[in-house]
Amino acid sequence: MRHILRRRELTADAWHYLGEDALGSEAVIVPLAELRANPARFAARGGRLGVRLAPVDRVEDLAGDLPRLALVACEFPSPGEGRGYSQGRLLRERFRFTGELRAVGAGVKQDLVFHLARCGFDALELAPGEDSQAAITAWGRYDVAYQPGDARVKPRLQRFFAA
Amino acid sequence: MYQYDELDQAVVDQRVAEFRDQTRRHLAGELSEEEFRPLRLRNGLYIQRHAPMLRIAIPYGLLSSAQLHTLAHVARRYDRGFGHFTTRQNLQLNWPHLEDVPEILAELATAQMHAIQTSGNCIRNVTADHLAGVAQDEVDDPRPYCEIIRQWSSVLPEFTYLPRKFKIAVTGSPADRAASEVHDVGLHMVRDAQGEIGFTVLVGGGLGRMPIIGQVIRQFLPVADLLSYLESILRVYNRQGRRDNIHKARIKVLVKALGIDRFRELVEAEWNENRAHAVRLPAAEVDRVRAFFRPRPYEILADIATPAGDDPRFQAWRRYNTHAHKVSGYRAVFVSLKAHGSIPGDMTSDQMDAVAELAGRFSFGLVRVTHTQNLVLADVRQRDLKELWGELDRLNLAMPNIGTLTDMIACPGLDFCSLANAGTLDVAKQIQQRFDDLDYLYDLGEIEIKISGCMNACGHHHVGHIGILGVDKHGEEWYQITLGGSATGFTALGEVIGPSVRKNEVASTIERIVEVYREVRADGERFVDTVHRLGIKPFKEQAYAPHPAAA
Ligand code: SF4
Repeated sequence: MRHILRRRELTADAWHYLGEDALGSEAVIVPLAELRANPARFAARGGRLGVRLAPVDRVEDLAGDLPRLALVACEFPSPGEGRGYSQGRLLRERFRFTGELRAVGAGVKQDLVFHLARCGFDALELAPGEDSQAAITAWGRYDVAYQPGDARVKPRLQRFFAA
Repeated sequence: MYQYDELDQAVVDQRVAEFRDQTRRHLAGELSEEEFRPLRLRNGLYIQRHAPMLRIAIPYGLLSSAQLHTLAHVARRYDRGFGHFTTRQNLQLNWPHLEDVPEILAELATAQMHAIQTSGNCIRNVTADHLAGVAQDEVDDPRPYCEIIRQWSSVLPEFTYLPRKFKIAVTGSPADRAASEVHDVGLHMVRDAQGEIGFTVLVGGGLGRMPIIGQVIRQFLPVADLLSYLESILRVYNRQGRRDNIHKARIKVLVKALGIDRFRELVEAEWNENRAHAVRLPAAEVDRVRAFFRPRPYEILADIATPAGDDPRFQAWRRYNTHAHKVSGYRAVFVSLKAHGSIPGDMTSDQMDAVAELAGRFSFGLVRVTHTQNLVLADVRQRDLKELWGELDRLNLAMPNIGTLTDMIACPGLDFCSLANAGTLDVAKQIQQRFDDLDYLYDLGEIEIKISGCMNACGHHHVGHIGILGVDKHGEEWYQITLGGSATGFTALGEVIGPSVRKNEVASTIERIVEVYREVRADGERFVDTVHRLGIKPFKEQAYAPHPAAA
C-alpha cells in the first residue's frame, strides 16, 4: 500500500496510477500524454481524474483540463530536476488549481520538503526508502522565508509578499 | 552596512541547523555521497583535490571589521591560517574538515555571514563594484539592490535546482567594475528621462567554454519591478534551459539558441502573465535597506597633495594603490594581495586581523573585496594615507602594483582544484619574478593579466588584456594566450594568439608581447587599446620568436 505525506500526516493513497490495473478504480492518475492520446477513454469515465506531468510538460497545456481534475502530480525524478517547482507555483498561483498537488519521484526526499511545500505541493509521495518520520519533521525546518509562497506553510516571518 | 534583523538571522541559523543534520546523516551513512553532494554544494562545500573546500559568501564584497576578524579566526582555527579571495568576492578555505563545517557555518552565522548558495546550480552570491558608494562616476549605490537580491534569492524554493549555476552582478557606474556583462544577469544602474533610478538588464553573458557578452533584454527596469522581472527571467530559464548536457545548461546557451529577441518575448510574456501574483518590492523596503548604506559621516576636508620631496615608495603607492573618492579629502585605498612572491588573493589570518583593525582606525570599520582579488579600504582621509601606508607596508600589503601587470587574477588551478588542467600559481610566480622591476611595470602602465587553470574560466582569462589558460597536452601543462580581452570600461573577449606555450615559456612570451607594445604604442595609449588598434598580428609575430637572450 502506497502512503502519501500530507503535511504531518501519513495517509494511505486512495489514488491509482494508470497501469496499476486501475481504470475501474474510483480515482486514477493519467500521464498527460495518455490523456491527450485517448481523450475519449477518460472523458466517459466517472470517478476522480488526476494527471501526471513529466518535467518537460507545459502546465499551460493543462489549463483547460484543470476544472475537471482533482489531482495533478509533478515528477521529481532526481534531486537535481527543478522544473516541477515552477509547475507547482504556476498551477497554484496562475491557474488557481485547488486540488491535490502531488510531488512524485526518486527526488522527493526530506531535504526538499520545505521547498516543495512553499511551491504549493500539499501531498508528497516520498521516494522509496525515505524515512517518513524524518520527512514529517522536515516540514518544520524553516519557520521563516524571504519569499512569498504557498500560505499553507505560513512562515513566522516573511520579507517579500506577492501582489 | 546592512545589519541582519530577526528574519535574516533566523534564515542563516535554521540553515546551519539543517546542514548540521545533513552532515550528521551523511557521516552516519544515511545519506550517500551522491545524495549529499547537491546539499553540501548549496552550502559552499566542495570536495577538492586535497580536501574539502569551503566557499564563504561575501555578499557584494562588503565586510565589517568584525566579520573580517571572524574570517581570520575561522581560517586559523579550522584551516591552515590563511584564506583565498576569489574573483566572485568570496573567501575560500582550502583545508577544512568535513565534520567541522557545520561548526564553521555556525560561527559565521554569529557574525551575520554564511555560505548559502556559493556553489551548486542555483543563484550564487551577487557581486558589485568594489568602489560602490564612493566612486565619482556612480549613478547610484548598487549595494542596497544587491542586498535585496541576496535576500530574495536565499533559500528560494522555486529556483534552488536550476539547470546550472546563475550569477548576478550589479554595477552603479558606467565604468562597470563588476564585470557585469559576463554574468548570467548583469544589472546596470541608470536614470530615465524623469531622473528615476532603474536598471538596464543584460542577460546571457558568461565565460567558461562558451564565452559570450551579455545582451540587453530591457533598457529600463524600474526598481519596483526588480524582483518580479528577475523571477520571470529565472522561470523561463528554469523551465526551458537545457538539462541534458552540463556544458549547454547555462542561460547563455538558451539565449543564444532562441536569439535575444525571442528570449525577450518569452520573458516579457511571462512577466505580464505573472504580474498579478508576482513578488513585490515596495518602496518602503527599498528605503529600509538603503538606509544601511547612507554615506559615511565624512569630515569636511580639502584635498591634499603629497609633498614632492616625500618618500618615493610612498608616492608610488599613493599613485597606484589609491583611487579618487567622491568626497574631497578622502581616497579609496587598495590593499594589494599581489605582493611579488605571494599567491594572488591569498591572505593570512594575521593579515586579516591586522587589516580589520586598520579598517577600524582609518576607514569606518569597513573593508571591501574586489573581483580582482584585492581588498579596499574605501574611505581613508588623505592626511592618514602615509600612516596607513606604513602599516600596510609592514604587513607586506602595500606592493604598489595595483592596475599593473603583476596585479594578476589567478584561479587556484592545479594546486587545489580537481578540475584543473594546469597550475596557475607557479605561473603567476614566474610572471612576478620576471616583471619584478617596478619602473618597468610603471612604464607598461595598465595591463590586466588573468589566469585560469581550465576552460571553466574562474580566472576570467577571456576578459584579461592578456589571458592565460592552462591546457593539458598529453599530461603536460601548457598555456594558451589570448590578447585584447576586457571587462572594465568596455567588454571584449580576447583572441588566441596561436599555439599554446610550455610552462617555462609563459613569462618570456608575455615579455616579448609587451615589448612589441612598447615599440608600437601611441603616446599614452594603454596596452589593450594598442591591441585593439593594431589587432593581434604584430604581437603574434613576435610572441613565438626566439628570445634574444636564447638566440
Ligand atoms: S578555472 Fe578551472 S582550474 Fe581554475 S578554479 Fe575554475 S575549475 Fe578550477
